[in-house]
Amino acid sequence: MNVELLWWEGCPSTDGALTAVREALTDVGLDGVEVHMREIKDDGEAAETGFVGSPTILIDGVDLVPAAADEPIGLSCRVYRRRDGRVSPIPDPDDLREALRAAAERAEVKR
Amino acid sequence: MSLTIGEVGPDFSLLDTEGRKWSMAEYDGAPATVVVFTCNHCPYALAWHDRLVQVARDYAARGVRVLAVNANDADRYPRDSFEAMKERVAKEDWPMPYLHDATQEVAREYGAKVTPDVFVLDAEGRLRYRGAPDSDYGNPGERAEWLREALDAVLSGSILQRPETRPVGCSIKWKA
Repeated sequence: MNVELLWWEGCPSTDGALTAVREALTDVGLDGVEVHMREIKDDGEAAETGFVGSPTILIDGVDLVPAAADEPIGLSCRVYRRRDGRVSPIPDPDDLREALRAAAERAEVKR
Repeated sequence: MSLTIGEVGPDFSLLDTEGRKWSMAEYDGAPATVVVFTCNHCPYALAWHDRLVQVARDYAARGVRVLAVNANDADRYPRDSFEAMKERVAKEDWPMPYLHDATQEVAREYGAKVTPDVFVLDAEGRLRYRGAPDSDYGNPGERAEWLREALDAVLSGSILQRPETRPVGCSIKWKA
């Protein structure tokens, strides 16, 4: 499984997001999976990667929380919603765990 | 450059979403003014917004004025355009004006860094508090306590125990 965290320096949520991803990996028994950090430095890189905000977490290349079609691409902090409706700069831990479990199952099926 | 504690906050003249012009001078005699740099697209600003709204409501009867200011570059961040600000205020119930700092001069003069970035000025217009609304954007139970502490101290004429905290949020989007 490939877990990638795309981040931009203008947003202070990178450390929190990395911690949240690592905790979620541990929770679902995937402690050995490394989180690859990838900095998005400018608008060009944002356009190239379809970056809709920091942090963006890709699991096997798929956005953990797929962005809306009209979500603007660019250097910004990403808005997530917790399951209780609160706005957050980091995905809900349950969403993280769910996405990781699903990815692990897909990987198992492919074997 | 950044406004420091005890300095008089620069005056300004900015339009709100209703087309009304606001300035600090208008608040001569008000016991305290909160200037909060905020925006439409930042998750930190959005997470703290309801708490700031509640502060505006809770302290209005005591003469405290809250001014929300959006200084982000709307060319690169259309969600922070004046039109988008108007749409947001029309949809939501704001007890405070939402001002557009189109030239970003006010944000630069105050030394605002992120959204939200809170500045509390006393009756003389001197900066008494600068920083975050409270210690945790993710906990509504915090109720913007640092801001409330600052306002209570200013209103009672007592010394602030915590005049500065580190503002936490999205960087202000400066024009190139």
